[in-house]
Amino acid sequence: MAKVSKSDKITSDLLRHIRLNKSFIIWMGFLGASLLVCLYAYFTQLRDGLGVAGIRDYVSWGMYISNFVFFVATSLIGMLISAILGLLGTKWSAPLARIAEIIALAFALVAGLVIVSDMGRPDRLLNVIIHGRVQSPIVWDITVVTIYIVISALLLYLPLIPDLKICNEKLTNVPKFGRKIYELLSLSWVGSEKQVDILKKSVRLLSILIIPVALAIHTVTSWLFANTSRAGWDSTIFGPYFVTGAFVSGSAAVIIAMYFYRSNYKLQDYITEMHFDRMGKLLVLVSLVYLYFNLNEYMVPGYKMKKFEAIHINELFTGTHAILFWSTQLLGLVIPAFLLLFKKMRKPLPMLVISIFVLVGAWFKRYIIVVPTQEHPYLPIQLVPNIFKHYTPTLTEILITIAPMLLVLIIISVLSKVIPIIPVQEMIEEAPKSPEGDLKTNSVK
Amino acid sequence: MSEKEDKPKKKNRREFLQELGYVGVGAVLGGSAIFAGINYDKRKKQIDRIKVLTAENQLMEIDRNLASQVPKSKAEILTYNQKEGREGIPGKRWVMVIDLSKCKNAQKCMGACQGAHHLRPEQSHIKTLKMQESVNTQPYYMPKPCQHCDNPPCVAVCPVDATYKRPDGIVLIDNERCIGCRFCVAACPYSARYLNWTKPLHDEEDKDKVYNVELNVPQKKGTITKCLFSADRLREGKLPYCVSACPNGVFYFGDENEDAVTNGTTNETVRFRKLLADNGGYQLMPELGTKPRVYYLPPKGKEYPFQDKDRNETEEQVNNS
Repeated sequence: MAKVSKSDKITSDLLRHIRLNKSFIIWMGFLGASLLVCLYAYFTQLRDGLGVAGIRDYVSWGMYISNFVFFVATSLIGMLISAILGLLGTKWSAPLARIAEIIALAFALVAGLVIVSDMGRPDRLLNVIIHGRVQSPIVWDITVVTIYIVISALLLYLPLIPDLKICNEKLTNVPKFGRKIYELLSLSWVGSEKQVDILKKSVRLLSILIIPVALAIHTVTSWLFANTSRAGWDSTIFGPYFVTGAFVSGSAAVIIAMYFYRSNYKLQDYITEMHFDRMGKLLVLVSLVYLYFNLNEYMVPGYKMKKFEAIHINELFTGTHAILFWSTQLLGLVIPAFLLLFKKMRKPLPMLVISIFVLVGAWFKRYIIVVPTQEHPYLPIQLVPNIFKHYTPTLTEILITIAPMLLVLIIISVLSKVIPIIPVQEMIEEAPKSPEGDLKTNSVK
Repeated sequence: MSEKEDKPKKKNRREFLQELGYVGVGAVLGGSAIFAGINYDKRKKQIDRIKVLTAENQLMEIDRNLASQVPKSKAEILTYNQKEGREGIPGKRWVMVIDLSKCKNAQKCMGACQGAHHLRPEQSHIKTLKMQESVNTQPYYMPKPCQHCDNPPCVAVCPVDATYKRPDGIVLIDNERCIGCRFCVAACPYSARYLNWTKPLHDEEDKDKVYNVELNVPQKKGTITKCLFSADRLREGKLPYCVSACPNGVFYFGDENEDAVTNGTTNETVRFRKLLADNGGYQLMPELGTKPRVYYLPPKGKEYPFQDKDRNETEEQVNNS
């Protein structure tokens, strides 16, 4: 009896973090208090109108829309890791699938709220359903984002069912009603052959379904811009340009989450250096693809220098947005991709730092895509106050932009306190079988 | 006593005759009165009685005096305005011609627009822009209203059908439906759409007014406002506010179907196509495929040279407001 069975060890390791502790309460208290401050800022916007933000008639989409694009982008990683890598039969990504799905769900859910924060009349939100016009890309966006949220939620939930059963059985220290909830949610899972078969088939089906939907949400989001005739947005490659960019920010988000889960929940045996190494390589791959699209997006109009495109390109390359533009390109894309080519850099800590740069860069990249184009419309901006001519975000606006980020952190933190963030059942199945054959729990197949 | 007894007898006889006479006269009078009454009633039936339809869908006839008009509720007037505002003015295809050679940057068009639509000082549906194509070409002033495109990008992107194209060519905005997403602002290449970012100018005064979609008053916080070709004035058979306000004869406005446009200053009506043909009329950025309904006549032989001091003054005014 000295040797603990391998599956028991896995179970206890992976369920260890499901408990209330002081640091979690402090963390949530901090997030909640910050969120309240941001919500007050939103209250002033509801009361006084969108004028509390720096956006005006010319730059009318500012930080909120940049934020929306960033959120939709980051949520795409769920599709890449759990669907594409899963369908390709990649084994190493299995422990990361749930982290990716949690990130996908949290970001997609909050993206819906971000877009509401940008509305002049949020009280008329239902008009989109009552009077919805199928010609408008906004209606397409709402449709596909909703479908994406549903499929992502299912892709998070279905593979979780066996784990919920394990939670119900093994989590002896949680209150009774908590275990009852696990039991209810596990839908009387017993791990019979038939159940496993249904589960595998449905997960596979959803993994296939989510690919076109995920491509659709970010392509449609890019069309919000590309379907206008403004210089800087009027581009035919915006769809793939946005999608590849999405994988960059999403991968960075997953790496950051991996790092903190690994160190905070003591999961070094499950999220290993190998995982960081592979994720590092994945990040290099998606960054290079994104770099290729960037090259196309800026080099082609930059070569021709058509009148209005030229104003846009000049503003970005050498004008008022040059520092931000080159920082996002170099610090957020080129240098990280270059550094990650070296094995030494694909270790947890360096990758955390690099990923933070990539993620912050990804946010500002969205800002660079959204804002500068509007500062130089076809007709000159005249006879308006200076505040209309140059976009400067206000403090209220910044707070309202931070609110969704806090909300995402809250959702991710809460979810990872109630469900195992690494698929327990799968880990048990994948564990190398020992000769004693002590992997005989009732649910193992 | 006998005398006393006799008197009533006599009186009785006289009385009888008298009464007989009364009855006769009375009968005649009464008869004619009844006759007149019946006649009157007959006529009354025809004139003073009206047919009304009850809420139960029954057709009834009542005395006109008894009937009173049910006042229309605000919601009903609004619904009517919105319906009328979507149908437009039948048979018309409104066009505007702006003669750039005449514009002296008086900005009366802007003022009239702001006044009519209750706009804030920094807002105006029409702006007299200083234009200059390149270093060596002369600058000129260009009044720029909404172009009321026949292929309007703003209408295409609107998610709720709040902005729409009417059969008479006008692109209108229904600020009772607008959700304030500003996709139309992003899509419009002419920068012709504006949001009420804060409380509108006459928010308090206009509080009880029923929304007139053809005037876009009252303005509403968080919704779009834009040039409407003064659809409310067109309905009354008048020229748009900006067109009438111009002191320099810059604007022509009229109906493409009739091939006639009227100058707002001189009230002279000319052939629309001939005006364009004779003066090299053109559209703004037609290469975008928007098919504008506003035409420009080039700033050839300007009566008023461009002066930079005009610009600086107006910029200062706006910034100080």
